[in-house]
Amino acid sequence: MSYILDNPGLVFALALQHLTTTGLALLVAIILALPIGILIAPRRRLATLIMGALGLLYTIPSIALIILLIPIFGLNATSVIVALVIYAQIILVRNVVAGLQAIDPAVMDAARGMGMNGWQIWWRIQLPLALPVILAGVRIAVVVAIGIATIGAKFSAGGLGKLLFEGIAQAGRYDKIWAGAIAVGALALALNSGLAALERAFAVKT
Amino acid sequence: MLGQAFAYAVAHLHELIAATGQHLLLATVALGIGIVLCVPLGVWTSRSPVAAAMVINAVNALRVVPSLAILFLALPYFGLTFTSSAIALTILALPPILINTDAALRTVNPAVREAAFGMGMTQWQVLWRVEAPLALSVVISGVRTAAVEVMASATLAAFIGGGGLGIFVTRGFALYDTTILLVGAVPVALLTLVTELGLSLLQRAVRVPV
Repeated sequence: MSYILDNPGLVFALALQHLTTTGLALLVAIILALPIGILIAPRRRLATLIMGALGLLYTIPSIALIILLIPIFGLNATSVIVALVIYAQIILVRNVVAGLQAIDPAVMDAARGMGMNGWQIWWRIQLPLALPVILAGVRIAVVVAIGIATIGAKFSAGGLGKLLFEGIAQAGRYDKIWAGAIAVGALALALNSGLAALERAFAVKT
Repeated sequence: MLGQAFAYAVAHLHELIAATGQHLLLATVALGIGIVLCVPLGVWTSRSPVAAAMVINAVNALRVVPSLAILFLALPYFGLTFTSSAIALTILALPPILINTDAALRTVNPAVREAAFGMGMTQWQVLWRVEAPLALSVVISGVRTAAVEVMASATLAAFIGGGGLGIFVTRGFALYDTTILLVGAVPVALLTLVTELGLSLLQRAVRVPV
């Protein structure tokens, strides 16, 4: 704790770097996951197949996946960001599909009966109804990404993991381990509760 | 690069086998302690709303903290040892097992429980012969999540002296050699996939037909 108080600027800069890496990866992941989810949600067989494949990919430990990406992207932050996008993708696609499939078919029929076109149905019916589940996916993806980005520090992606790895590399620098653990733990908990609050705000009133 | 990694693996076969053994030992110890602690704890929380509110919330918060932070925090207390890694990995195994045991027992239909009591079963018999078989599949699903998490995080244990397949990862970083990194990464990926598939099959085998 005292390390954080003695070096607030440094810890803040690392936290910001951590957030930038995760934020960038999440943004790419969301842009990809929405169309994929919309495309496969009505096709149950395809959805099962793709989610099974993504699920297997999700089992691979993050440190192993980042290493497996090194031959393609090199030993740098790119490999870490690509790994983050892959993990987030799985969580996001799963929740987009679950959110869309949970919509009562009668609601969709009613919307079509009222003469809405595909875009209107998506924007005014599907998105608002599926949003809480999609946001839950975003929250889980953010928490997972913060954790993996911590390991990413070893692959020169920076972030709060740097403090943790420096703490074990330099004998006796347990203050750095504590500083890194407290900072990254607080960051994850804060984002988790913030996004949970957002989820409740968008919950569908019935 | 994979070819080079394979050649390195063959040249260091004994070391690779020993590391795999230690990796499995670490994961099994952590998972075993996790099961012994969390299954009874989950039975307790599923019966007591106060205990559930406290324990489940604490464990959920624990789940959000990055595993690397939990693992490295063991170092100041237990040193660069196997024990350090085993303790940290056990902590990582707790949340999924506890949450699933609690949820599994909560979803047992109260009417089924009442019928069992009505038949004259004792509390212990109801737990053992009615609730346990009904809950088993969901409990194993929690064990599966925990096992995959522990198997994955055991790779990071090498950073705090726990050994396992992560030794190739730490060596790869020390020598800045991607080939050696891959010698650690590929077996770890395979181990977790096998764990996931094996426990999914077990989970399916014990599922109660509805």
